[in-house]
Amino acid sequence: MHELSITKSMLDLVLDQAQKNGAEKVQGINLVIGEMSGVVDDCVRFYFDFLSKGTIAEGAHISVKIVPAQARCRKCGKQFKLNGLDWLCPSCGTTQINIVEGKELYLESIEVP
Amino acid sequence: MKIKILKDILSANDQRAKENRELLDRNDILAINFMASPGAGKTSLILETINRLKRNLKIGVVEGDVSSSLDAEIVAKEGVPVVQINTGGTCHLNATMVASAFDNLPLEEIELLLIENVGNLICPAAFALGEDLNVLISSVPEGDDKPHKYPVMFSKAHLVVLNKIDLLPHVLFDLPAFTEAVKGLNNGVEIFEVSCKTGQGIERWTSWLSNRLNKRPSTS
Repeated sequence: MHELSITKSMLDLVLDQAQKNGAEKVQGINLVIGEMSGVVDDCVRFYFDFLSKGTIAEGAHISVKIVPAQARCRKCGKQFKLNGLDWLCPSCGTTQINIVEGKELYLESIEVP
Repeated sequence: MKIKILKDILSANDQRAKENRELLDRNDILAINFMASPGAGKTSLILETINRLKRNLKIGVVEGDVSSSLDAEIVAKEGVPVVQINTGGTCHLNATMVASAFDNLPLEEIELLLIENVGNLICPAAFALGEDLNVLISSVPEGDDKPHKYPVMFSKAHLVVLNKIDLLPHVLFDLPAFTEAVKGLNNGVEIFEVSCKTGQGIERWTSWLSNRLNKRPSTS
């Protein structure tokens, strides 16, 4: 739902970084998106197509690395993948968990000629 | 050729939020970002807070909504400065919108700034505004499973207010399960059980807030 403003921010960042690196064209954009960031990559691609029109990033290929949601148990220290509504430590059964991976939302790199 | 960037996509918003934070600090303002689903009681809690604290504290309000100025009109009746932001479809406030609201508030005369975000449990979590505290309002009719369904929002909250506890006898809501789920995700977070309708629990919330304001180091 908030992908429009996130895609706009992403495009601004890409264009800014491309300019700082003296690039005249951006061919590829590599994003890292956590499963729990609430960002849907297909929506980002959809918005990117029209937001990037007329910029040096128009037509750039977006590849996305999805980071699975991982939690760590505060009691026994076990790290585990979060699945759906299963919010218990698989090892000791406690609900005392910290989300340690899956909230990422960053521009990993851009590809230029 | 690949150029490594490794920059947060929302870094521009984070930078603006930092500038808002600095402006609030210069004016010695405690700012609270209220986030909740539509109808959980954001405006009601803001009104209760104003009612009980306005005699001793200078309060300002920023109202965020997709459209209309209904909330700002209700708050304005309390005699406190209020600015309405209409996001025009956007599902959250961002730091730039809040910065523009600051231009229309007498910041030097405000000690406590209450910011009501757009009703939504997903998007507002991603956009820092420059606030001191994220307060998440959940309400009994929404059900006790909300922490599991919106874990990012619940893990980012500094405080959780559970509103409409007067409805506990009438709806299926497992209070211990809710509390355990919230504390499981967010160790040490304080939960305030309140009813904006009956006033139950509001005193504990406003006392906590007053204490927090008194504890703030003075910048002047």
